[in-house]
Amino acid sequence: MEKRVTIKSERQEYRLFRSRAIVAAIIVFIALSLILVRLVYLQVTHFDHYTTLSKKNYQKRIPIPPVRGLIYDRNGALLADNHIEYVLAAKRDDVKDMDGTLKRLMQLLPITPKDVVKFKQKLRVNSRFQPVVLRKNMTEEEIAIFSANRLRFEGFEVSVRMQRNYPLGSVASHLLGYVGRIDKRDLKKIDNAEYSGSTHIGKSGIEKFYESRLHGKAGYELTEVDAHGKPQLKLDDEAPVAGEDLYLSIDLELQVKAEELLRDHNGAIVAIDPRNGEVLAMASMPAFDPNLFVNGISYANYNALRDNPDRPLYNRALQGSYPPGSTIKPMAALSGLSAGVVTPTSTVNGKGFFQIPGNKHRFRCWKKSGHGHISLNRAIYQSCDVYFYDLAFRMGIKRYSKAMKRFGFGVKTGIDLPNERSALMPTPEWKRKRFDKFWYPGDTVNTGIGQGFFTATPLQLAHATATLAMHGRKFRPHILRATRISRNLPEKLVNPEKLPSIGVTKLRYWDDVIQGMVNVVHGAHGTGRRSGAGAKYRFAGKTGTAQVFGIAQNKTYNASKLRKKLHDHSLFVAFAPVKNPRIALVVIAENAGGGSKVAAPIARQLLDTYLLTDKQKAEIKQAKEAKNKGIDNNAAGRQ
Amino acid sequence: MNNNNTNIGASIFKLLTSIDLVLIVSLILLISLGTAILFSATGENQTMMNNHTIHLIIATLAMLVASQIPSEMLNRWSIWIYAFGVIVLILVLVQGTMGKGAQRWLEIGSLRFQPSEVMKLAVPMMVASYFSKRNLPPSFKDIFVASILVLVPMLLIVKQPDLGTALLVGTAGFFVIYFAGLPWKWLAATAVSVMVAAPLVFYFGMHDYQRQRVLTLFDPTADRLGSGYHIIQSTIAIGSGGIYGKGWLNGDQSRLDFLPERHTDFIFAVFGEEFGLLGNIILFSLYIFIIWRGLYLAAKGQDTFARLLGGSLSLTFFIYLLVNTGMVSGVLPVVGVPLPLISYGGTSLVTLMAAFGLLMGMKRRKKGYGPSQE
Repeated sequence: MEKRVTIKSERQEYRLFRSRAIVAAIIVFIALSLILVRLVYLQVTHFDHYTTLSKKNYQKRIPIPPVRGLIYDRNGALLADNHIEYVLAAKRDDVKDMDGTLKRLMQLLPITPKDVVKFKQKLRVNSRFQPVVLRKNMTEEEIAIFSANRLRFEGFEVSVRMQRNYPLGSVASHLLGYVGRIDKRDLKKIDNAEYSGSTHIGKSGIEKFYESRLHGKAGYELTEVDAHGKPQLKLDDEAPVAGEDLYLSIDLELQVKAEELLRDHNGAIVAIDPRNGEVLAMASMPAFDPNLFVNGISYANYNALRDNPDRPLYNRALQGSYPPGSTIKPMAALSGLSAGVVTPTSTVNGKGFFQIPGNKHRFRCWKKSGHGHISLNRAIYQSCDVYFYDLAFRMGIKRYSKAMKRFGFGVKTGIDLPNERSALMPTPEWKRKRFDKFWYPGDTVNTGIGQGFFTATPLQLAHATATLAMHGRKFRPHILRATRISRNLPEKLVNPEKLPSIGVTKLRYWDDVIQGMVNVVHGAHGTGRRSGAGAKYRFAGKTGTAQVFGIAQNKTYNASKLRKKLHDHSLFVAFAPVKNPRIALVVIAENAGGGSKVAAPIARQLLDTYLLTDKQKAEIKQAKEAKNKGIDNNAAGRQ
Repeated sequence: MNNNNTNIGASIFKLLTSIDLVLIVSLILLISLGTAILFSATGENQTMMNNHTIHLIIATLAMLVASQIPSEMLNRWSIWIYAFGVIVLILVLVQGTMGKGAQRWLEIGSLRFQPSEVMKLAVPMMVASYFSKRNLPPSFKDIFVASILVLVPMLLIVKQPDLGTALLVGTAGFFVIYFAGLPWKWLAATAVSVMVAAPLVFYFGMHDYQRQRVLTLFDPTADRLGSGYHIIQSTIAIGSGGIYGKGWLNGDQSRLDFLPERHTDFIFAVFGEEFGLLGNIILFSLYIFIIWRGLYLAAKGQDTFARLLGGSLSLTFFIYLLVNTGMVSGVLPVVGVPLPLISYGGTSLVTLMAAFGLLMGMKRRKKGYGPSQE
């Protein structure tokens, strides 16, 4: 290769290199400047954004759930509190040989394979640093066994948590409601920040209605965590604020008595203090044990409650729509008087049935032979159907319905409980909408005795009775009587809410109607006279016997031949004392027969319970025992 | 080279005159800064800092030794080092042990040896050596031969597979060709062909994990906990550093372990988090100054070989910096390239310092044409 003698020109090559080096230097400068631009973008323009992301990375808010408020009755008797529960739990990383440890635990403690499956599922989902519960509700014995062998179960610990507890079991269960685990539906409604540490929420009753007061305010602990979620340092914290304690207007003694008296029946009892609308008792039978719901009710238990034909979960006092029957006659009478359709002295010929002019259909009175010529007072205490057929018919459905609505029929009372039903005070418009049918005059006649389309809840009946007792002064029924924010502070009373009075100004009308009701229990011929016998106070009442199904024109009601479900409901409304009433109540016993037979005696016992002094009660008890003794002695004597 | 009989004082004097003080001061500044951030990034880990000290000592020695190697000798050795490197690469492919899913290491006894690292120096040396015997600007044939010299080891490294190192090795070789006088037209053509080839390589020439890294660049959030995690966490670290930084040892992202590989490839994020934009500007200034000084020293090189090798080493240093900071700040794909002179790790530190040693040793010692004559 000697063709070309190449003399390397150092100078030329040096120049070539230098120009290349300059270009390279420029490129270096530009490229690194571009990276710096990117850094400006990250560190200046988006500084806030990345600061937020960084904090989100390492700052963890660990919520501290507040302690749920307690629930008491009006006298401070505990109805709902928080129980300390011992649970066995472990964090994923703390247990070295999980399968072996679980096996050993199963040998010592009553842990089922199902528990283990559940535990392992949760273990997979939860954070490494969050304890997962293996066994709830540990007994003292279990804790002792575990503690003695603790070294064999490294990583497992017994810890304490709060659990809602209803010490009285099924007492006032519908009213109190219950708490349950927060589910998807709850999540949509609640403020997630407030509930992030809570596991339970009010699901029904007072627990649901006053959830926001009972729950309290969540606290938090702001900790610094590393990338693995391991807490490093506490940055900030705020203590939770416990929920308010609630004092209900319920009188526990009365409540327990009501449930006891209604034990053999399905039905409801509502007692109200007419002077302020405070609900003194609200029973719905059969009841259930709310403790079952707290930590997730088992399928078996839930199905048993749900499929029970007596529907124990259903709050009859608030949601049961019953034909009120004759119990509404006092209110109907007052409406009639006020409308001028009847006067205290006007009479109707009760001949055992009522006929609309020009129509053959007979609306029968419960008393086949009829009451003869009858005026308001007797029509009430003897519960003459014909008198009230006539009253409603002459008043016309529109006026009648409007007047009765003022007593609260067909309207929700607005009590502080969820899921109240309005029941029905029918109107022609309602029938057209509901059935696309005309209103017949016969429909009006039936409403006069609280039958037909007319239904009412026990609460509405109690409310209307209370209104009657107060001569038309109305208070909204309520259950919350007082609240207490802190144990160191006095209770704060809830003001009763006064509703517009019923505008019947003539005092005499009220007195006449109430006199009719007094005669029901204290009169010689009153339908409830047996219940009034021996009362240490004067009270007013009204029996009711509600037909569950229609009886054909030419048939008579014969309980023994009908299925229990079709038997008449037994109703009774009352208030006492007649002067300065302190209690108004309704008793409904489903399919129990006549009002005077079942409901009225129950009502009397409740009035005694509430109104009599302890001394008087003791006297009655003594007398009763003496009487029983006498019977026993007699029996012994015979032998 | 007749120092056998000279006294120690004289040899130290010679050593000191041969090293470039300006470069050494800026290197010391950079390494000091790097050591400070490494202390933070390792979580104040004493063992690692001890190792780092050992790395530094070895690297300094390597630099001093390299600075004494005359470029003629280096020129002569080039072909042998290159040949050795290629053979070892082939050996690695045949019997290399597994490391991070790729065959990169050769184990001789207890020594683990990464031959592709050697090629980062061997390839530019070989190409520079080749051009030093040719007239410049080079002919088409010369460029062709040089390209083959670059491509063979590159392909062997791609086979390992280690696309990142292959590209760096290729870049180092390419820079020599560039300094040798690759015509601008060809340069443009190369740029175009790279752009055309890129998508082809992406679809046909890449492993799934490599493709994933490129895709992650465009949308790190698509794979939040997978390959996107690195980029998300490093941008958060840098961004939250702001202008002034969170302060030394106070980077939350790194301290609390959110930043993966924070003492190695992602140490730049720790720096950005703790020292902020101001720190970054200082860091970049230092780097730019070092690169400029490297190019300056190369230009003052005693012969073509020295200039070409020096220029290539300076630009390779720049490419490391660009690729690493680009990756950590989320504008370039995640490639396993350490932040030069700062990331924890002996191999990279020693290689780089040796390269700077070589650069220093290339200063003109005999008569020639260049600025020093003035």
